[in-house]
Amino acid sequence: MLKTQRTAVAGQLPSPVRRIPLFLLGAVALTACAAASLALGSRPVPLGTVLDALFHHAHSRDAVVVTGLRVPRTLIGLAVGAALGVAGAVAQGVTRNPLASPTTLGINAGAGFAVVTAIYALHLTHPSQYLWFAFAGAAAAALFAQTLARRAGDLDPVRLALGGTVLTAVLVSWTSAVMLASNRTLDEARFWLAGSLSGRTLDVLYPVLPLIAVGLVIALAITPALNALALGDETAQALGVPVARIRVAGGLSVVLLAGSAVAVAGPVAFIGLAAPHLVRLVFGNDHRLLVPGCLIAGPLLLLGADVLGRVMIAPSELEVGIVTAFLGAPLLAVLARKVAR
Amino acid sequence: MTARADRPNRTNQLSTHGLDLRYGDRLVIGGLDLVLPGGAVTAIVGPNACGKSTLLRGLSRLLSPAAGTVALDGADIHRMPARSLARRMGLLPQQPVTPEAITVEALVRLGRYPHQRLLSPWSATDQAAVDEALERTGTTELRDQHVDQLSGGQRQRAWIALALAQDTELLLLDEPTTFLDLRHQLDVLDLVSDLHTESGRTVVMVLHDLGQAARYADHLVVLQEGRPAAAGPPSEVLDAALVKAVFDVDCQVIPDPETGTPLVVPRGRARRHATAVAG
Repeated sequence: MLKTQRTAVAGQLPSPVRRIPLFLLGAVALTACAAASLALGSRPVPLGTVLDALFHHAHSRDAVVVTGLRVPRTLIGLAVGAALGVAGAVAQGVTRNPLASPTTLGINAGAGFAVVTAIYALHLTHPSQYLWFAFAGAAAAALFAQTLARRAGDLDPVRLALGGTVLTAVLVSWTSAVMLASNRTLDEARFWLAGSLSGRTLDVLYPVLPLIAVGLVIALAITPALNALALGDETAQALGVPVARIRVAGGLSVVLLAGSAVAVAGPVAFIGLAAPHLVRLVFGNDHRLLVPGCLIAGPLLLLGADVLGRVMIAPSELEVGIVTAFLGAPLLAVLARKVAR
Repeated sequence: MTARADRPNRTNQLSTHGLDLRYGDRLVIGGLDLVLPGGAVTAIVGPNACGKSTLLRGLSRLLSPAAGTVALDGADIHRMPARSLARRMGLLPQQPVTPEAITVEALVRLGRYPHQRLLSPWSATDQAAVDEALERTGTTELRDQHVDQLSGGQRQRAWIALALAQDTELLLLDEPTTFLDLRHQLDVLDLVSDLHTESGRTVVMVLHDLGQAARYADHLVVLQEGRPAAAGPPSEVLDAALVKAVFDVDCQVIPDPETGTPLVVPRGRARRHATAVAG
């Protein structure tokens, strides 16, 4: 009955191959964005000087700004953006909820509470000191939300969204309580809590890079299973997907990626929500394209927002977390309408 | 199918041994011993809440037994790797989730999941299985359309195509005709019948309509409160006494004028009403 000798119809290349031009286009846009991030800011630097600084070890003041400040900032933006974008795609896939994101799992709130508590109790004064407190807080919150959602050995997507939202509300109020109790804590924490790429050196990024790498590998490995999971747990199971194990793996991937991102940059909202939806507009809902697409779309959105924050009120600048929240809120409203329809 | 010729020893017989299925504290199926013949079409019928769908979930490993076993050709399905089982047994749930903006072909391609490995590319065999599944279900022309924009009948055929692309010898269908009008019900059942006669697939389906079950099934399992009230060829097991005992409906069972299979004709409403009042 199966005609095995019949080959695939000509012109019907497997879909990932057909999308290569689009990936290239995204890569070009991202490169342009990274170049803008190196050149623009309170002290604009011509692109020629940027290239000199990067490749010819120039030592002018402009060059020092580029290599000393903007290169780390841009690299951190690339890594954090990719981590947030992919974390969002995986979170939406495992919960089958288009409004899910690292924020809904309580990750940002957990990191915020842990950092504020650490500043209050341990008198920390620099973002590099917050790193592991933020990661631990994020991981603890996400794991707690997933424990709340556990039912009969599997995660219930609805309970996960509800649990994450409740947890976020509780943690945010505790965070406020600590900050209101201590002026010093409020002063130290408020810039970190806004979410920012500035004032960080690469030393902050290096320790979490392995975590991000592991998170990405897991995310890529479960993409075919996420496609099957979109058909509902029953169909996925009938297709041989170990549904419970995939949810746990996906949850772990989200914790590693989003936990690392918040540890480095502070809570940055909406990138994890927006990047997957942007990629879906172009590629559709195939997770094998969605996850790699978010590797490009996440940093594109984050760096774009960061550059915007630098030029909007130059010579001063706006934290990237504020820009993304400002741009992301209308997006959320549009998505909510679309989902409700 | 190509896979079938290699393994002549398989009969695809499903059997349960002392099977207990529960939802929480509620025992839905208790101590069930049942054999579903391989190479045949089996219909599971029974009143609402008799455990038909629960039994199908147990047979397909969506629900783990509280006690007892489900065996496929003697091997416990709960001890088989998920993928191996998925290459032998396909399932169409009653209400599958249709992802947003997925095309018919993309949906059907997902049926190849258990045959693929992470890094192995889409093969000619995969494409052939998808093409054939589309063709058999008459959805070839719909392949580029979005599933959520299809009519109920077209959508059901697309979902059956997904289960066919999975290329399993055994197919479980949970009320495949629900929400379909009469013509589309018959289309689906004819398709099931063809799958059995032309490619020797074993089919187990939950049905509501006794006449359709009698027409299309070789083997009938009548469930009542989680226990088999009768099991066997429809012409042997389906009679007025059984329908009265299981469904509490007075009826005549006559030979179907088209096929000769048993046809359940409920008694006139006035007389049913009269007996109900008298009783």
